[in-house]
Amino acid sequence: MFLESVAFILGTTLMYATPLLYAALGGTVSENAGVVNIGLEGMMTFGAFVGAAVGYFLQDAWLGFVAAGVAGGLLALLHAVACVTFKANQVVSGIALNFIGPGISLFCSRLLFDGATQTLALPLDAKISRPLNGVFPQNGFWDMVLNQYATVYVGFFLAGVLWFVLYRTRLGLRLRAVGEHPRAADTLGIDVDRLKYLAVVSGGVLAGFGGAAMSVAVVSRFSATLICGQGFIALAAMIFGKWKPQGAAAACLLFGAAQGLVVFMGRADMQRLLPVPSQLLAMIPFILTLAILVGFVGKAVAPAADGIPYEKDAA
Amino acid sequence: MVTSPGKERRRVSPLVVTLLSVMMGFVVGGLFLAAAGYDPFRAFSVVLKGIFSRPSYMAYTVIYATPLILTGLSVAFAFRTGLFNIGAEGQFILGALAAALTGAFVELPPLVHAVVAAVAGMTAAALWGALAGFLKARWGVNEVIGTIMLNWIALYSNNFMVTRPGITRAAATATEFVRDSARIEFFPLWKTGEAGLAWRAANPLWSDVLRTPFNAGIFLALGLAFLCWWILNRTVLGYELRAVGFNPACAEYGGIDVKRNVVRSMAIAGALAGAAGAFHVLGWTRQAAELAAMEGFGFDGIAVALIGNNTPLGCVLSGLLFGALKYGGSKLQFALRAPTEVVNIVMGAIVFFVAMPRLAPLLAERWRRRKGGEGGSASGGQEKERKESTDDAISEATTDVGATEAETTSTGEEERGHVS
Repeated sequence: MFLESVAFILGTTLMYATPLLYAALGGTVSENAGVVNIGLEGMMTFGAFVGAAVGYFLQDAWLGFVAAGVAGGLLALLHAVACVTFKANQVVSGIALNFIGPGISLFCSRLLFDGATQTLALPLDAKISRPLNGVFPQNGFWDMVLNQYATVYVGFFLAGVLWFVLYRTRLGLRLRAVGEHPRAADTLGIDVDRLKYLAVVSGGVLAGFGGAAMSVAVVSRFSATLICGQGFIALAAMIFGKWKPQGAAAACLLFGAAQGLVVFMGRADMQRLLPVPSQLLAMIPFILTLAILVGFVGKAVAPAADGIPYEKDAA
Repeated sequence: MVTSPGKERRRVSPLVVTLLSVMMGFVVGGLFLAAAGYDPFRAFSVVLKGIFSRPSYMAYTVIYATPLILTGLSVAFAFRTGLFNIGAEGQFILGALAAALTGAFVELPPLVHAVVAAVAGMTAAALWGALAGFLKARWGVNEVIGTIMLNWIALYSNNFMVTRPGITRAAATATEFVRDSARIEFFPLWKTGEAGLAWRAANPLWSDVLRTPFNAGIFLALGLAFLCWWILNRTVLGYELRAVGFNPACAEYGGIDVKRNVVRSMAIAGALAGAAGAFHVLGWTRQAAELAAMEGFGFDGIAVALIGNNTPLGCVLSGLLFGALKYGGSKLQFALRAPTEVVNIVMGAIVFFVAMPRLAPLLAERWRRRKGGEGGSASGGQEKERKESTDDAISEATTDVGATEAETTSTGEEERGHVS
């Protein structure tokens, strides 16, 4: 019984942490190159819609997943044009994307799905696969923990890749240099603008994946309230994780765990044991985050040039 | 991680940037409508007629705009002091909840009751805002994360409260209705009574306005906008707040208590967002309901503040614009079966262009250079193309705004409740 509960919570943790993880990694890439990305929510929403719509029409969740990345990347390209080429205020541009992303998603949803703000559901066998299904004994501990959608493994794999790229490759060093001290990077002959474009757009691709991880894996359709603030939570996870991929992953796991606990406590058998109103349970992840920020983490430090447009010809 | 707007060098006046951005926003919206097979001119004329063709429509526009002006003021006030208040959403929710509870469960004489309920809403929200400020001042919790978390805690607190037995109205997941003594709608009882109906028969114009829940909220909002301007520009408090926003290190050196001002600023921002929630409840909805998701008043407020260039007057104007778009845009669905969400695309595009005050001057400069026969690199070529399309877009926009006389069908009336 105890082991079963632990397994249930761990499994739910992984499932809920994944969409956040993609988006938080997206934010991490972008901000390490010095471009604040508050538009994660918009990119996630657009990715979730495109993923679900493409997945539905082509009856293939993986194609939907890839299309979602493209969609997120396109929205991020707008952000890059504004912030890098036109030195826009990055927060303002991000806020704009949070209107445009959901706006386009719902607009297109109404056109393609007969006036509805949700897409039609993907059939269960067209959803993202579960690679470890049947590897462990059914409903055993490991089965409950690790029998996840493939997106979960891809997500954590990408977190590792991003860590490696940022801290073990020349590209990563340059990206971080651009985020910390663009003038110095420029002096060394690094194309600051191009690297920023790369970072912002790939961050958008990741955020788009995050939306799709929600709409073609956790559930099987897009709806108006599907993302519902997860982009902002991912943003919080990124700051919480101190702008590092491994930190973001840990923060997302924590959020997922809190969410897993909420689901667990909400189960009928637990409610009989300990009747806590569902609304109070739902607050746990957010109170927990604040408590940890207050108690253990201390002041997080962003890349030095984060949010500051770089001007080559300024004195 | 968050830079305050206004730091970048501006070579054109903000007003010009804003007006151009608004036009570009409509062009982008028009392009989306056209791409989807709708006639954008017809769509915009539906929106315009949906806003201006009847007194009751204009009243609704103002009713829609009231909370947006206030959440815009909330965000703008915090922005001016260097803080990014994403928390207007949660502050709105708590303001609405506190006003609804006070309005429904306290017994007081008319007017006094309304004042007490509004103050209760503002106080609750001010404390919520101050909490975010305190977390930042005391423990360095970034106000962006802090307010995002507090938004969700506010949402679930609201849902917890409105589902308590004794508070929930029978057969609804919402609070009991606010008592008549706490309402700020104009003459709610008289206008449906015998004398009121007789008077309205003689005054059809006013009668049309009175069909709506037109309320005192807009006048209170204008008053608060003026108060914000006065605090920011005419008081020591405002001077200190702006100094902290401009350069915290410098303010500290000048003997200003930065931490205390962070808390004060967030408290004032909270009170403003709370007023939005309170007036919305006391003037229109008369209840606090269970929320499945964020309603977006706070996030819309961010856009309103940005389009309004973070000034009180700007917030009033952009709040009215946004209110008009939301109300007028809701009629697209009835009249053309066109997706109402085009309004969000228009708003987003406006904010997007507002973010780039350098766009117009940069393009003008490039154009001048090209005329001089310079520039031949690949990237230069791309810029030229972009520039040309932007030019076209601007001239299109001018015709767009001018074209108001097109035919339109009569649109639906009577909305009580929200347009999603």
